[in-house]
Amino acid sequence: MAEMAASGETPEILFWVGCAGSFDERYKSVTQAFVKILNKVGVSFAVLGPEEACTGDPARRAGNEFLFQMQAVSNIQVMNAYEVKKVVTACPHCFNTIKNEYPALGGNYEVIHHSQFLQQLINEGKIILQGGGEFKGKKITFHDSCYLGRANDVYEAPRDVIRALDVELVEMKRCKTKGLCCGAGGAQMFKEPEPGKKDINVERAEEALATGATTIAVGCPFCLTMMSDGVKNKEKENEVKVYDLAEMLAKDMGI
Amino acid sequence: MSILPQVIFLLVFAVAGYILFKRISFLRRNIFLGKRETRNDLPDQRWKTMLLVAFGQQKMFKKFTPAILHLLIYVAFVIINLEVLEFVIDGIFGTHRVFAPFLGSAYGVAMNIFEFLAIAVLVSCFAFLIRRNVMKVDRFTKPELNGWPAMDANLILVIEIILMFAILTMNATDQILASRGVPHYTLLNGLFFSNFLQPIFQGMSDSTLVFIERFAWWFHIVGILAFAVYVTYSKHLHIFLAFPNTWYSNLKPKGEMNNMPEVTNEVNMMLGIAPETSAEPPAEIGRFGAKDINDLSWVNVMNAYSCTECGRCTAECPANITGKKLSPRKIMMDVRDRAEEVGKSMDAGGPGLADGKSLLGDYISKEEINACTSCNACVEACPINIDPLSIILQMRRYVSMEESAAPAQWNAMFQNMETAFSPWKFPPSDRFNWAEKLKNEEIKEN
Repeated sequence: MAEMAASGETPEILFWVGCAGSFDERYKSVTQAFVKILNKVGVSFAVLGPEEACTGDPARRAGNEFLFQMQAVSNIQVMNAYEVKKVVTACPHCFNTIKNEYPALGGNYEVIHHSQFLQQLINEGKIILQGGGEFKGKKITFHDSCYLGRANDVYEAPRDVIRALDVELVEMKRCKTKGLCCGAGGAQMFKEPEPGKKDINVERAEEALATGATTIAVGCPFCLTMMSDGVKNKEKENEVKVYDLAEMLAKDMGI
Repeated sequence: MSILPQVIFLLVFAVAGYILFKRISFLRRNIFLGKRETRNDLPDQRWKTMLLVAFGQQKMFKKFTPAILHLLIYVAFVIINLEVLEFVIDGIFGTHRVFAPFLGSAYGVAMNIFEFLAIAVLVSCFAFLIRRNVMKVDRFTKPELNGWPAMDANLILVIEIILMFAILTMNATDQILASRGVPHYTLLNGLFFSNFLQPIFQGMSDSTLVFIERFAWWFHIVGILAFAVYVTYSKHLHIFLAFPNTWYSNLKPKGEMNNMPEVTNEVNMMLGIAPETSAEPPAEIGRFGAKDINDLSWVNVMNAYSCTECGRCTAECPANITGKKLSPRKIMMDVRDRAEEVGKSMDAGGPGLADGKSLLGDYISKEEINACTSCNACVEACPINIDPLSIILQMRRYVSMEESAAPAQWNAMFQNMETAFSPWKFPPSDRFNWAEKLKNEEIKEN
């Protein structure tokens, strides 16, 4: 972003990479896949790189409002300085926070989740799919992220993206408004669960496996981790893969 | 005819009215122990939400069978109460079936509808008793319902069954008396359901029947008044509070947490955005987050009084499903129990809020609030838009900001964020490393 600003360019979108997108070994490939799609389609975009900080979501959900606002206000200062208008992110937590919680602190942007952005690109004919590739005809189930679904009522965009791949979309018993959490929200990602009889991600992975799907599609970095771990816990990691929507599209496009 | 029954009726009515007034004042005061919060924006949307969710029972229908049974009781409650209007007029003026002459044959039709609804209530209440006590539906057997809550639920169902039997008994005996030409009784054109009860009473004398009919009449009206008072002590308050509760729903996206402006000033100062001198003198900040009911919003406390403990929230809660201690229903029950405790103490001249106890600690444990994934499943599941998550998050704020007692791993995460601006301990300069791979690929291609 700094480079673009220096050369007087205004990108169409700011791609908010997020901490998982920057640092999580597995999830970096989602960032890369999404960027490849943006490059292929020719979307003019920028990232903040080292100027990006955590949105503060986990701090706020863990109760530390002060730390949240420190992160938020700093991020807003950076984004406002670059006159950012439109933000796209693959992380539903970043999406929710920037979209719903930054306005109260002076950050007003059009914020869209990458599932919505990809859906738009498909609808506009900018992404031309090759008929599903390795996913063609396969059973795929989509795991709703709480912060995309219930928190912001985005249920159809990710499903439209999956359907565009010419696959068989199968739903879990608990889906859409009744979707079961992966167990990571509310800052649970950053601590061990409280004592109980089972881990939430295992419960959810069992439900996903029961659909007979060979791919579990997700649209959230935390869900990706939790569902992958859940599938591993059931020793099904060789038969069943967990992918982000962007990865699936990039595979199909051969990039 | 003696005027005595009318006097007694008025007296009963006045006493019930007085008790109700006292009870409503008590509840109102308890609800407003919560902090002031204005939620009057978007009135059109609020009326619409109330009409759909409370009046139209929209969210009940996520579970079809109980929704139908509940709808029957609800419709019966609303419509049979029209008949109560007649009861009251008859009671005050010593008349009998005062509407009958005015409505003609329509009156008989109306009575048949009421009887049908009474039967529907009987069937539904029996079905609900079976679901609770025989089938033991999972969400009705959770530990937070042990004792009074389970008893309260059964009592309500049994009282409703008895009240409906009173109506049918009254109609059956009333019509036998009318058919015998006993003065004062009006023969209606056949009452379908209570007809089946008539054989029980046929052999009895006129005077016995008059006694039973009068007894049933009195039992029904006094029963309704007593039930109205009982409701104010019970989870059954939802029959009234569901309406304001849905009107004051949270209309923002469910993922949005409310901002704490009292923190923003300080943050701006720290970041050098607002110079310290120009900042207004800090207003008296009571407490960050919520430790007790007076730290919560009054809407949270009203939510608690509106809760009828159906447990749909808990049945959908991922933490509860996987055996954690958290139950969103228990959170609501705890808020209510604490509000009752404080209210009673205040009325008795006791210490009220300063009784050395608090919601967090004495009712709700940290283990419970720490188990929440903030997934909003409980909020989505509630048939009357109660928001347990809001309460949990306010208590987390208290623990983190006032006690610095968040779980150790969260404190570590906070530290990472303070020093490296990420919940994980990576240097900010590595944020762009993901692009290396793409650059390398590009170089290879070229």
